[in-house]
Amino acid sequence: MLTVADLTKHFDAAPVLDGFSFTLPRNGFTVLIGPSGCGKTTLFDVLTGVVPKDGGTIRWNGRELGHLGTVAAYMQQKDLLLPWLTLAENALLPASLRREKHMAAARERVKSLFARLGLAGFEDHRPATVSGGMRQRCALVRTLMFDRELTLLDEPLSALDAITRRSLQSLLLMLQRDFRRTLLMITHDVEEALLLADRVLVVSAAPMRIIQDLALPTQKPRRPDNPALIALKETVLARLEGELDHGVA
Amino acid sequence: MGWPKLFVAGVIMVLLALWELACRGLDLPVYILPPPSRIALVAVVKARLIGPHALATAMEIVAGILLALAVAIPLAIVMFAWPALERALAPFLVASQAVPVFAVAPLLVVWLGYGMASKILMAAVIIFFPITVSLLAGFKSCDRDLRLLFELMGGNFFQALRLLYWPWALPHFFAGLKVGVSVATIGAVIGEWVGAQQGLGYLMIQANARLQVDLVFAVILWLSVMGLGLWSLVGWIEGRVVAWR
Repeated sequence: MLTVADLTKHFDAAPVLDGFSFTLPRNGFTVLIGPSGCGKTTLFDVLTGVVPKDGGTIRWNGRELGHLGTVAAYMQQKDLLLPWLTLAENALLPASLRREKHMAAARERVKSLFARLGLAGFEDHRPATVSGGMRQRCALVRTLMFDRELTLLDEPLSALDAITRRSLQSLLLMLQRDFRRTLLMITHDVEEALLLADRVLVVSAAPMRIIQDLALPTQKPRRPDNPALIALKETVLARLEGELDHGVA
Repeated sequence: MGWPKLFVAGVIMVLLALWELACRGLDLPVYILPPPSRIALVAVVKARLIGPHALATAMEIVAGILLALAVAIPLAIVMFAWPALERALAPFLVASQAVPVFAVAPLLVVWLGYGMASKILMAAVIIFFPITVSLLAGFKSCDRDLRLLFELMGGNFFQALRLLYWPWALPHFFAGLKVGVSVATIGAVIGEWVGAQQGLGYLMIQANARLQVDLVFAVILWLSVMGLGLWSLVGWIEGRVVAWR
């Protein structure tokens, strides 16, 4: 379980995080949604150790850590594939960097994940020669190859077209179910949040605080035309609009 | 051939034709300004004289490039790894380029003799700077998110250098190398002017003293072709090595 308590981060005396706290249950899919500039990316930067926190504690499975850099996998909006490596080499990077003893087994794993994510036959292609959706799926395989239970997803699907996005949403659900990952995702898309998450944390403008903690039904996949989901979407959007008005005022 | 290349070729042909016509029309003596046709003829006819000297200069340049690479690459890496070292070394690097190579050449000949060593060192001094600066700029320009990704994947500096920074910086490295090889001839030839027993610079001095201006121009033509050849060779290698671009 991830427990973040009283996390604080200021930039030039302006508080972006001011006593921000939340917990993530193991194997859950939690989505953080909030207005632009509220500090979501700063939260990920602090969690991954890119920027140091000013205060607060981060505990993973009861152990206090300075940051989650060594225990979390991370996936961004950009696929961050190295253009000089093939797709398979990119996916194998986490195993190569930790000098895994059984690289043959890691290669087999990549091969099997490629087959599962519809990338079979593209192992030796370079990123520039495949579509954006395929690159993002490859990035997803690489994220799984981190072999870390906790996975931070920073708007991983926002740069994709609607169809590719829908297909990758299904893959994310499949991966959470089959690989038992604890997922924390940032998104701007309320519908995406409600389709994927077990729990949605709606956050305020900076300094960020949780203004709504929505537990969603466990049944998945969910349909976007589900009336309950549409009603929930309107509620969340109204909260976010309220935050925007508050920010403008 | 695209129209830009045709345009350049056309401009060169027109300039050469004007030069040729001016020499013939004004009846200029060959020891003042030979026409391009004569220069081309001398460059070919005297190939057996020029060739061995060109080979000596080429060896100095290639050795200078190798020496420059041997210094520039590790230097760029250590300056990237330790920014404090970069700040400490930057003034010395700039100073090494601020001093005219003409001023250093006689000293190097005194210290290293009339052989190839002084010319190789002179060429290396000129080449290493653009390579070091370009490679360092390449390392530093590496995408922040990629650096973060490598850190999160647990990669150490040497792994990141091999798999991330070096490939990322390769286009910058080749840009610096192209600048380096373009000016490499300057170092070698100046060294040969100051004191040598062979090389194109030596041949130029000898021909100039005998008012063989057509031979001086022919040597310049050979030097230009060598420079272009090196530049093209680096471009070809770049195309192979950075094929993913």
